[in-house]
Amino acid sequence: MRRVYLDHSATTPVRPEVLEAMLPYLKENFGNASSIHSFGQDARRAVEEAREKTAQAIGADPKEIVFTSGGTESDNLAIRGVALAKEKKGRHIITSAVEHHAVLDTCEQLEKQGFTVTRVGVDADGIVDPAEVESALRDDTILITIMHANNEVGSIQPIAEISRLAREREITFHVDAVQSLGKIPVKVDELGIDLVSLSGHKIYGPKGTGALYIRKGTKFKPLFHGGGQERKLRPGTENVPGIVAFGRAVELAVHELPEEARRLEVLRDRLMDGLLQRISELKVNGSRIKRLPHNVNVSVIYVEGESLILCLDMEGIAVSSGSACTSGSLEPSHVLRAMGIAHEVAHGSLRMTLGRDNTTEDVDYVLEKVPAIVERLRSMSPLYGHREGETVVVQ
Amino acid sequence: MYSDKVMDHFRNPRNVGEITEPDGVGMAGNPVCGDMMELFINVDEEERIEEIKFRTFGCGAAIAVSSILTEMVVGLKIEEALKIDNKQIADELGGLPPVKMHCSMLGREALEKAVEDYRKKKMATAGV
Ligand SMILES: Cc1ncc(COP(=O)(O)O)c(C=O)c1O
Ligand code: FES
Repeated sequence: MRRVYLDHSATTPVRPEVLEAMLPYLKENFGNASSIHSFGQDARRAVEEAREKTAQAIGADPKEIVFTSGGTESDNLAIRGVALAKEKKGRHIITSAVEHHAVLDTCEQLEKQGFTVTRVGVDADGIVDPAEVESALRDDTILITIMHANNEVGSIQPIAEISRLAREREITFHVDAVQSLGKIPVKVDELGIDLVSLSGHKIYGPKGTGALYIRKGTKFKPLFHGGGQERKLRPGTENVPGIVAFGRAVELAVHELPEEARRLEVLRDRLMDGLLQRISELKVNGSRIKRLPHNVNVSVIYVEGESLILCLDMEGIAVSSGSACTSGSLEPSHVLRAMGIAHEVAHGSLRMTLGRDNTTEDVDYVLEKVPAIVERLRSMSPLYGHREGETVVVQ
Repeated sequence: MYSDKVMDHFRNPRNVGEITEPDGVGMAGNPVCGDMMELFINVDEEERIEEIKFRTFGCGAAIAVSSILTEMVVGLKIEEALKIDNKQIADELGGLPPVKMHCSMLGREALEKAVEDYRKKKMATAGV
């Protein structure tokens, strides 16, 4: 059976060049980067090379890169690190309603510790209005944290515009760029941002790798204390193979971006248009323009997302959904809800995220399989108009 | 995540569809996640469920629960069928993940509603 992986926003496989780059650091070059001997110095050199590559990819200085264990840690470190460093100045934080839980839950935790958090909403396309951020600003606002692109609907946020607001008032601006890295340009000066979270496993690097960019001069307090690694900002013996792999993955992702993004966009539109042509009562979730090149998110009305995932999986197709039934909390996706999408519509949401291994044939295979699956599930659904004259209204 | 039995019933659900002019029909919604099941029954003179069909909008567990419930109750007297609780349904499926236990309530409720509808209709005809 053909297998088509369409869940690259969840994670990606490690690409061969990355694996090749990291292997020696698991084997013969196993040294501790803090050691004086040549074993250690080999490891140190590799770590610093990865730092340079990472810095170059986002237009930063190597000194501004701190390696972490991934997106979640980078988000926690960024938000808490700034909040703790600036709490004497103010205790107000602005974020959005569509952030990843690594940001949302960190903010919620700070709220319990006496900070105030404003969560700005999004429009029907999942996009933040900078004017709303502006009206949320207060004298005691110390931090704005808003994602570059959304992991569920691929919406791209007006980061540069929001950054102008932050700049004028000397408010620190953190951006979660976990989903945008390698898909659209992430350049810290063009975007005008102070901290950026990056993750390796979304860009064909290993899980548990990532980085946080911290602009020179940013007030920051580390959360961990120990051996002083990463300029004391994130101590702990460096994950040398992971760091090397991350550096190589970022380098490749950014180098290949222009061409790969164009290729993905073509596949994305073929998939989205193909689904719209073949399936009635299908809704596109998110913007069709301000959208990541690899993201497709649609709602199949009258069908539940988990059943869709299971049926597609039987055909070798891997996707995800924002349905209440797929979440541990049995709540529909907070992103779809913030976009004003009705519970029933969120229920039938399907996210398909393309990657470098996907081809036109893969997309056509999916387009061939999905309609029959939808038809079958709809025929089983009490919400679908079966009897004559009966219409079920889905708001 | 799911047992083989759940997946079997999900892949090949038994008794899907509707009965035209059924003796009883019941619809149950799941307040937890917003899913829905519609159950149709035909009952013989001894009040045995002789035919049963369902339609379900829900997760894999909800569909498997609906399917196995129809198998468990067909041929049973209404009174016996109503004694089956959601724990038994889940057990019959080889267990459900804890977060999916609520989906097994759906079948029970739809059955109760269908029986209620059957009794109402019967009273109405008896009254004529
Ligand atoms: C937007 C966003 N932020 C943060 C994360 C967390 O990254 P990691 O899995 O590397 O901890 C993810 C991954 O799902 C994400 O999509
Ligand atoms: S029906 Fe929603 S979780 Fe099972």
